[in-house]
Amino acid sequence: MFGNLSDRLVETFRNLRGKGRLSPADIDATLRDIRKALLEADVALEVVKDFIQSIRDRALGDEVSSSLNPAQQVVQIVNDELIKILGSEPRKLRYGKTAPTVIMLAGLQGSGKTTLAGKLAKWLVSEGETPLLVAADLQRPNAVEQLRVLGEKISVEVFAPEAGSGLGDPVKVAKDSISHAKSKGLSFVIVDTAGRLGVDKEMMQQAAKIRDAVKPDETLFVIDSMLGQDAVNVAKAFEDGVGITAVVLSKLDGDARGGAALSVASVTGKPIIFSSTGESLDAFEPFYPDRMASRILDMGDVLTLIEQAQKAFDEDTAQEMALKLAKETFTLEDFLEQMQQLRKMGSLKSMLAMMPGAGQMRQQLDNIDEKEIDRTEAIIKSMTPVERHNPKVLNGSRRTRIARGSGMNVQDVNSLVNRFEQAAKMMKTVAKGGTPQVPGMPAGLGGVVPRKKAKDKKKGGSKSGNPAKRAAELNTKELGIKPAGSGAGSAFGIGN
Amino acid sequence: MSSIFFWRKKREEETSSKAEGNAQSLERAGSDENLTPTTLPVRNSKRGIRSLFATAKFDSSDLQSLEEILLQADFGLAASEKIVAEVKQQAKLEGASTESELKQILAHVIQTQLATASRELNLSSGKLPYVFLIVGVNGAGKTTTIGKLSKWLTEGSWSVVLGAADTFRAAAVNQLATWAERSGAKLIGPKSDGQDPASVAFEAVESAIAESADIVIIDTAGRLQNKTDLMDELSKIRRVIEKRAEISEVLLVIDATTGQNGLAQAKAFAEAAQVTGIVLTKLDGTAKGGIVFAIQSELGIPIKLVGIGEGINDFAFFDPKEFASGLVA
Repeated sequence: MFGNLSDRLVETFRNLRGKGRLSPADIDATLRDIRKALLEADVALEVVKDFIQSIRDRALGDEVSSSLNPAQQVVQIVNDELIKILGSEPRKLRYGKTAPTVIMLAGLQGSGKTTLAGKLAKWLVSEGETPLLVAADLQRPNAVEQLRVLGEKISVEVFAPEAGSGLGDPVKVAKDSISHAKSKGLSFVIVDTAGRLGVDKEMMQQAAKIRDAVKPDETLFVIDSMLGQDAVNVAKAFEDGVGITAVVLSKLDGDARGGAALSVASVTGKPIIFSSTGESLDAFEPFYPDRMASRILDMGDVLTLIEQAQKAFDEDTAQEMALKLAKETFTLEDFLEQMQQLRKMGSLKSMLAMMPGAGQMRQQLDNIDEKEIDRTEAIIKSMTPVERHNPKVLNGSRRTRIARGSGMNVQDVNSLVNRFEQAAKMMKTVAKGGTPQVPGMPAGLGGVVPRKKAKDKKKGGSKSGNPAKRAAELNTKELGIKPAGSGAGSAFGIGN
Repeated sequence: MSSIFFWRKKREEETSSKAEGNAQSLERAGSDENLTPTTLPVRNSKRGIRSLFATAKFDSSDLQSLEEILLQADFGLAASEKIVAEVKQQAKLEGASTESELKQILAHVIQTQLATASRELNLSSGKLPYVFLIVGVNGAGKTTTIGKLSKWLTEGSWSVVLGAADTFRAAAVNQLATWAERSGAKLIGPKSDGQDPASVAFEAVESAIAESADIVIIDTAGRLQNKTDLMDELSKIRRVIEKRAEISEVLLVIDATTGQNGLAQAKAFAEAAQVTGIVLTKLDGTAKGGIVFAIQSELGIPIKLVGIGEGINDFAFFDPKEFASGLVA
């Protein structure tokens, strides 16, 4: 998510950090780097130009030259300007004065409108609302069917009087959906429309007619975060043709740099309010401009992380865990429980990507094998309660039995036990040291091994004949796990 | 591109009459006597490409402004710099300075750089059925592209099987079924919800072989290239198909609005699925699709087809000359 741009800026600022004062030449060199980074991130050229100009103006002003740490000031200025474009505060969904609140979705073909409609509906249900999904994309073959399937999955009614695939009048469908929602007393109407090009006058007129028919409280413009320079033209066309009220950024779980977000927010002046971050219907979250700006500067999205963690991690369990840590009775069962808690928080990868400094780890993050958690679970579940409580009893024959029971190798069992021991040790250190810890961000992550490295493990011939010893060597050498207490980063088993 | 001959199976009526005289001179890779060359309908690519200069002004005294124009067409920094350097050099050599001269040089530079690779669809090996695997990120236009390809081939009286191996997205199978119906192709879909896509692909190829079909086109689920497990799934689909038949083409579908991420897409898909060509879709919008230039020059993957609308006939063979001259028109 914006990763590569943030990597770039971090690299740029690293060069600035050593210096006490900045010369205009330094600033220009920095700005060149920023320009390059923004262009590579697909920020539209005209937006880049304006952006660079305002940073130059401010950077050359007194603000920087009189300050003690000019490099930090430049970071601050870039950050301020990013926030200025992305919006300073998260904007909430606008509710209508009278029910139902009408949301219309608009965008190019393939931007992710139908999937978003499903996600939005699911989220509204979790907020206690009663949404109606309206199938007004009668263009794309089976778009209606797709919405119907999505509605069924989340138990939300779908208004689909027309078969679609080229047949039916979307304006009429949209119009009728409002009276249908009223008669059923539903609180929200989400109108999915066909994808259309900005230059397609006929289709843009149709969109305007749908808008006039339903009088939306929000017209959400859905854009693909992979969008390039054309973002500017497309955004202008939809702003002129339909009149958008807010923007949704889709496919943000990809590795696109997402500069289109800056472009669109900049040319339309409309806030980005949601982001869509995966194919599951839960992969949907509000867009926080300030957090996104700090993410661009690679300060990490700690706020979102904590919020998600708190949602999933039950307070009592956390307390209990802390108590166990203090008493040094942290067992494999707790280890497993932590992992299951972690899974509740949603995708591990999207969690990790929000961590500060994740920029450098991104490549490795992409290689994390989430199935590793399943495997770990299988191993632990193949142990007897005694073994889970006291891993010290795990002798060779017990390990062989566990390996067989879980369909894994003895080495896998050994490496898990090893990781557990290190995690336990580290957690004790943390607990004793009283370092503030993000709840639910336990050392259990140590169980997740980057896939590519796991493969390497097989190739690298180890010297030790003892499987346990070999696993230990590998853990320290190849998986980059540092000795206990060496800092949170090592707990991920990814290295720093 | 008015008359391209491709080899497909002879229909019964063709086996009896050996009147296809002009085909004798054509060299045929396949040894099967039951093959016949067919002419496929012409699709016009001129529609849809918009000039780079439609919105951006070009100052002939400042060649650097050319770089900005290329940047705005998603050529990317590296490629834009490279092209401008080349144009500068050429202009100096030829003493060109007027706007139209410079534009011509630009068109020529773009065209030459794109002209190197072979971009014909591999439909001539004679090893039937030809297998096409269609891959790409979500929403790029894979299914629509398949519909168009299918129609084009059935119009040339090919027998086409479509394999609906996108078993993930809701109603993707139905969407392909609609295209199969519209184009007169046979659809092989999953027997149960969420069936392994590789097994659907396998069954589609099996069915094509059993029925002596000419070609089988496999649709796959859209996937973002940084999802390792999904990319592995694609490699698996490939491997499984290859147990039964050779794969003629792996086409990566890229949306023309895609920015610099297109290069990352091409790299990842090339690695996982051995992409043989690019289909550039949605070229009828304002986007120029400049990223395909970088894809071809960096990875050597040729652009083979372009999509220029939602209609079933709206696609064309990519022609570097048309593309380049369209861009500077």
